Amino acid sequence: MTQVQAPIVVGAEKQLARPQRNRKPWRPARAPLHIALILIMAAWLIPTIGVLIASFRTAADTNTGGWWTALVPPWEFTFQNYDYVLNRAGFWASFLNSFVITIPATALVVMVAAFAAYAFAWMNFRGRNVLFVIFVGLLVVPLQVTLIPVLTLFRDFSIGGFQLNGTILAVWLAHTGYGLPFGVYLLRNYMGGLPKSVFEAAAVDGAGPATSFFRLALPMSIPGIAALTIFQFLWVWNDLLIALVYLGPVPENHPLSVTLANLTTNFGGNWQFLAAAAFVSMIIPIAVFFSLQRYFVRGMTAGAVKG
Amino acid sequence: MVQDFFDNRLLSAVVVVAAVPLVLVGYILLIEAIVKRLPRRVSRAARPWLWLAPALLFLGVFLVYPTLATILRSFKDRRGEAFSGGENYVWFFSRNDTLIALRNNVLWVVVLTALVVGLGLLVAVLVDHVKYENNVKSVVFLPMAISFVAAGVIWRLMYELDTRTGTLNAASTAIGGPRVAWLSTPPWNNLMLIIVGVWMMTGFAMVILSAGLKGIPVEMLEAARIDGATELQVFRQVIMPLLAPTVAVVSTTVIIFALKTFDIVYVMTNGNFGTEVIANRMYKELFTNGQQGRAAAVAVVLLAATVPVMVLNVKRFKQQEEVR
Repeated sequence: MTQVQAPIVVGAEKQLARPQRNRKPWRPARAPLHIALILIMAAWLIPTIGVLIASFRTAADTNTGGWWTALVPPWEFTFQNYDYVLNRAGFWASFLNSFVITIPATALVVMVAAFAAYAFAWMNFRGRNVLFVIFVGLLVVPLQVTLIPVLTLFRDFSIGGFQLNGTILAVWLAHTGYGLPFGVYLLRNYMGGLPKSVFEAAAVDGAGPATSFFRLALPMSIPGIAALTIFQFLWVWNDLLIALVYLGPVPENHPLSVTLANLTTNFGGNWQFLAAAAFVSMIIPIAVFFSLQRYFVRGMTAGAVKG
Repeated sequence: MVQDFFDNRLLSAVVVVAAVPLVLVGYILLIEAIVKRLPRRVSRAARPWLWLAPALLFLGVFLVYPTLATILRSFKDRRGEAFSGGENYVWFFSRNDTLIALRNNVLWVVVLTALVVGLGLLVAVLVDHVKYENNVKSVVFLPMAISFVAAGVIWRLMYELDTRTGTLNAASTAIGGPRVAWLSTPPWNNLMLIIVGVWMMTGFAMVILSAGLKGIPVEMLEAARIDGATELQVFRQVIMPLLAPTVAVVSTTVIIFALKTFDIVYVMTNGNFGTEVIANRMYKELFTNGQQGRAAAVAVVLLAATVPVMVLNVKRFKQQEEVR
């Protein structure tokens, strides 16, 4: 195969390069602008900061005064609450379950969506547009509509005495089905924006569709794939409904979201434990989000904003 | 044996993470090897469908078939044995509590969409003028990353009744105001739940609107300013018309989210004190009351509410394709 120098263009990146606009140095007349923005930041941060501080306070402190009283000395913070939730409330197991559920469900969606997206973007076949319009329509179907039949399906289905209902496998499959319309939509838009000449040149050189896909389409779509991976990861990690419905009441398979939701009812007034538990559930998505924010934002805008 | 494999979850997860890509890549290589040997006419027709097959299988099993089955199910009785006509729908539209759920969803759609789009637009426009743009964006965007359950915990601390622990009540009493039962005073508690949604969704609206804003040529704005337009006039007469399609996209996304709202309500009030929404009602009918027929009808009502947005999306998509 010849070396193809692909111009790295595509959709959403176009808008990144633009001149700085209208950013004047600080002037008194602009004070309202800064005050408004600081108020907005405060409104968005205070709820989270409150819980973060509460998670490091002792039970006695929590019951006698709010988190804001911990801002002034004497500062007495403790890791006890984290110690408690991780060891005693079955939280550690849920933490692992969340990974076990999320990673395969994400890998499945990304791969299956990439195949379909490639077919939609670079193969000609009858009914292509109609079929893709159906995918676009399926994007908004509320998954509540699917719960009852899928539950029945899982209950009736068994291989060698292995019941699908209530297992992590069932959750993987369900998440894959629900995540696909968006995945195919996003990747098809991305792959469709790749330069045609690259694929034509490859075909002239005798490359089959499989070669074109693995050697060209896939590597060139890395930003789109990264965006989809983050989306799907966050969705599955943060999902409550699907886990709640398909895993049933048995706690051993529960991911963090379900365990945390159960704790909200059980811990009642024990704010310090609840706060620590909430933060444990937030650590991974926040880390993923901050390390890959660039792709996340790009994926979102690629789907929504016309280039 | 299969049971044992899945009981060791870590091992099975590792195997699956390695095996899923291998199997799928193997599938593609296999079908390509077969298709290559077929006559050219056949291979051209078969290839796309073989590439699409895994996706179509998943969509068929988990979205298309279940949706149709649920619609059928909604016309049957509790145990799904006999047709009961429109009984489930009569039940839905004649009960006080289900109608409250419906009303609350309308409230969610209207208030959440207005607040999210309005605030998102405000922040997007404001941050465009300052150097610390990215800091503000990160702060407003952060709640997008966390789960609704965690957000529920965060906001329960805000709304807590006890003035010693509840942030808002402490603030309210500190300035001489009353102690408020934020989550159990209808109809205002609905607004309190919607605010949690606003807190989570505004970042989404802001990011997309901000990207749209940056797509507007600077020269156009400068030209208006040179002609003597005030910032407000620039916003209303230059920015808004150009941003309208983006606002439409954001609005439809928020509307869909508002219709499907489940987690926030489930965690914070579980639909008590007049805060029920359709999705939570459906969950209760299904698992608390064991009324599958009614649960199906509730779900179909939800589906029907999303149809206009679906049609709109498809229309917009077709327009985009024509531009392409």
